[in-house]
Amino acid sequence: MTEFFRALMAPDFAFLRYALAAGLLAAPAFGLIGTYVVVRRMSYLAGAIAHCVLGGIGAALYFQARYDLSWLSPMFGAIVAALAAALIIGLVSLRCGERIDSVIGAIWVLGMATGIMFLAKTPGYVDPMSYLFGDILMISRSDLLTIIGLDLIVITLGILSYNRMLALCFDEEFARLRGLQAEISFLLLLCLTALTIVLMVRVVGIVLVIALFTLPAAAASQFSRRLWQMMIWATLITMLSVIGGLAASYGPDLPSGPAIVMVAGAIYLLIMVGRALKSRLR
Amino acid sequence: MSSELPIIQCDGVSFAYGEAPVLTNVSFTVQPLDAVSLVGPNGGGKSTLLKLILGLVTPQQGTITVFGTSPQQARSRIGYMPQHLQYDADFPVSVLEVVLMGRARPGWGGLGRYSRTDRSRCLQFMAELGVETLAAASFRDLSGGQRQRVLIARALACEPELLLLDEPTANVDPAVELQFFEILKQLSHRVTVMTVSHDLGFVSQLVDRVFCVNRELRIHPTSELTGELIREMYGADIRMVRHDHCCGEEGHSHDGIF
Repeated sequence: MTEFFRALMAPDFAFLRYALAAGLLAAPAFGLIGTYVVVRRMSYLAGAIAHCVLGGIGAALYFQARYDLSWLSPMFGAIVAALAAALIIGLVSLRCGERIDSVIGAIWVLGMATGIMFLAKTPGYVDPMSYLFGDILMISRSDLLTIIGLDLIVITLGILSYNRMLALCFDEEFARLRGLQAEISFLLLLCLTALTIVLMVRVVGIVLVIALFTLPAAAASQFSRRLWQMMIWATLITMLSVIGGLAASYGPDLPSGPAIVMVAGAIYLLIMVGRALKSRLR
Repeated sequence: MSSELPIIQCDGVSFAYGEAPVLTNVSFTVQPLDAVSLVGPNGGGKSTLLKLILGLVTPQQGTITVFGTSPQQARSRIGYMPQHLQYDADFPVSVLEVVLMGRARPGWGGLGRYSRTDRSRCLQFMAELGVETLAAASFRDLSGGQRQRVLIARALACEPELLLLDEPTANVDPAVELQFFEILKQLSHRVTVMTVSHDLGFVSQLVDRVFCVNRELRIHPTSELTGELIREMYGADIRMVRHDHCCGEEGHSHDGIF
């Protein structure tokens, strides 16, 4: 642990500071959007979007290397793919009705398969693992700027539409009768989910990112009496998981993405066990 | 001007879910400040009729106009209390936040916080229903009767000209039912109230007309309600109802009707 904090101060360990900054900066977006994902029970949709992001990353890397397009960064590809996936999945779930899970499952897998194909054909060596499970060594200064930008978009829109989302999550029929555009709000929420996923792709990867949506918010829901409290607590739990995961993985040289998710899982378990014990003691 | 128009005008409306007809050839008119109740057996089409008035479903035949326009356009002038909330029992939300949802507005103006006026109006409606002290409580901690009153407050927060209440006395004990009775009576002086109810005893003292909905719709002034008529409307169901009421020989309040 102390080793980790000493390394944070060391001038030649910039990557560690970047990783910590990226994780902490992304936490509020995760707390906010994760809460909606949990109360609207759409973690499956978030999972599908996350996996489609690999398609965008793969395509960006491929075309960047193949046609020498330096502007086409993996982050850019991830953002485009995430938003496209969010809109497609959103429209499909609004129109499809029955058997929606099969369709979403297919999109989930197809997005990921596309990514793997592109990565396989990309000239030079690309390790899919680093995108699947995160790799803090790859975080650059420009990634941090992208993260800050996306963060601001997600948090601003999230706060502005809070009351509306609350009404829609609580009683959609009533909200519709008040003239609120349930479909547009749902698509907006999916797009914000998509951007939030991109925030953490570098740190925890696309496979593990879903856990950071659900675990902190689900843990926070155990002791929150308001939706905004749930958001704040989920943010704090995400921050704690990031710090804990990075610190725990640094010494023994463990992969940090899985370590962060494990810490989040441990916090969730502790809270559930604590709550069960408390209700038994009563 | 608009007081000349009927609140609801329904002409020859038929509606079916797929092949199964729910309502056939329903016609009625509701005038301003009418107090009307929909009664009838389960599955008779009461809730569907409310959905037609709200524009949540459209009739296959016939026309329905609300405030002289389409139900969809009239929605903002209707306050609605659903029978069941399809929500997560653990949803973290305060009572005041729920009532404020009645003030939600579409468009850019509805973004951001609720105004001070929104809050004070909501607290006013909550006071009227006797739930203002619960403003800071969590909705999930409320009793059935408290929830029902909060949901009526939410419907009132829309400042509606027409109030639709779907089973306001479901899950409510008799003492609370009496309170509801007074509340609804007060309300019916200033807004047009349409109530769905199983409970004829409850509504007959409250409303001017009863719409009996069982596939078809028949209108009765409340003074006309007799055992014969109810038997005719409910058909086979009446056995069950009578059985219920046979037990209440020590003076059940609904005996007069059945």
